[in-house]
Amino acid sequence: MVTDKKNTDPAKKRLVLGCGALVYDLLRLIKQNPALSDKVNLQCLPASWHNTPQLIAPGVEEYLAENSHLYKEIYIAYADCGTGGALDRVLKKYNAKRISGAHCYEFFAGSDVFEQLSEQELGTFYLTDYLVKNFHRIMIKGLGLDKHPELFDIYFENYKKLVYLAQTENEQLQKDAEQYAKDFGFEYEYRLVGTGGLDSVFEEIDLVPLATEEEK
Amino acid sequence: MSEEDDFDLNDLDDKELVEQIQDDLYDGLDEEVTEGTEILLARGWDANDVLADALVAGMKIVGIDFRDGILFVPEVLKCAGAMKGGMKILRPILAEAAEDTSLGKFVIGTVKGDIHDIGQKLVSMMCEGSGFEVINLGINNPVENYLEAIDEHGPVIVGMSALLTTTMPYMGVVVEEMEKRGLRKDVHLMCGGAPLNQEFADSIGVPAYGRDAARSAEMAEEYVRSLGKRRGHR
Repeated sequence: MVTDKKNTDPAKKRLVLGCGALVYDLLRLIKQNPALSDKVNLQCLPASWHNTPQLIAPGVEEYLAENSHLYKEIYIAYADCGTGGALDRVLKKYNAKRISGAHCYEFFAGSDVFEQLSEQELGTFYLTDYLVKNFHRIMIKGLGLDKHPELFDIYFENYKKLVYLAQTENEQLQKDAEQYAKDFGFEYEYRLVGTGGLDSVFEEIDLVPLATEEEK
Repeated sequence: MSEEDDFDLNDLDDKELVEQIQDDLYDGLDEEVTEGTEILLARGWDANDVLADALVAGMKIVGIDFRDGILFVPEVLKCAGAMKGGMKILRPILAEAAEDTSLGKFVIGTVKGDIHDIGQKLVSMMCEGSGFEVINLGINNPVENYLEAIDEHGPVIVGMSALLTTTMPYMGVVVEEMEKRGLRKDVHLMCGGAPLNQEFADSIGVPAYGRDAARSAEMAEEYVRSLGKRRGHR
């Protein structure tokens, strides 16, 4: 049961349901626009699903099945995220919208930049602010490398480069990301890309007033 | 010294030993799986039976638990590593066996633009375990690689793998090209990968979608067996 007990404010009839790996960025964007905090209820699902994308569509569906009746509009802060269209099939049922793109790397960097990076080196491993901050939990522990370091070659033998797609300028995170690249034996590149297409989740909310608000 | 340290696989009877090998395989204990395999062979077991009853049967349990979310990729990789230990011993014996028990050739590869190969390596190992001669094309394969491999090896099955939503549509390119060249009637197509499903496979004209490594190997075997029935051999 994932009932959204927080939605007690009748004014907050817009749900932004996002990946937990985007929570800092989503909160920052909401903070930057005070009008948004009155309009949306932000809920996040586990960031650990980054490693198990097959759990994303059923997880979103379970959440929406329990809570969608509480909202007039639903915005999804996920891309396809390796669900192979399964997430879109869920969203269609709930008339919900998601961010366009294959994954957060693409919507953070922008499709053109991401394509260019992939063309430069197909074997590129990407990190975001969240993934740098939670590298040990999501990457090392999440992939079982803490218990089985011998699996490293199986996971990463085809990778040659680590690109840190940064949302914010943070020296410590840059140092950490560079160190992870060194530890893994990868070439390193840093790109400050900001939140890119993530903003699109809120852009639409600002533009479209709800019927109830118009009536007031 | 604890009681566990005294545990000797030689003390088990055949049935218990097979179960123990399956347990050890599940726990990713490669040395123990290797030792168990050696003991069964020393007791006069046929290599095909060791493979089927201990290793493949063990990996099927792993596949089911992976599907049900009990095991995750790291554990499955450890299991596969343990199976590799047993396979190392069985492979040369199976290759030398007078009776041709091969199910045929299975060409597998990750499609163009995709460098992910963990899943297809697991499928390769499981298919090898089931009795296929596996030709693994590796990662980032353009359609030409599949066509060349079909030409060179004459496989009974071609498997395509992708982990990315952005690369899985390339499988359709391979299918179309095979269609154009009239290769579909001789080669069975399979596909797999985390973002795929049967619906996608249907949409690109691939008849078989393998949801995990164990099921993929099972489906491949079922297909060849059904061919045998239809053609009246095997």
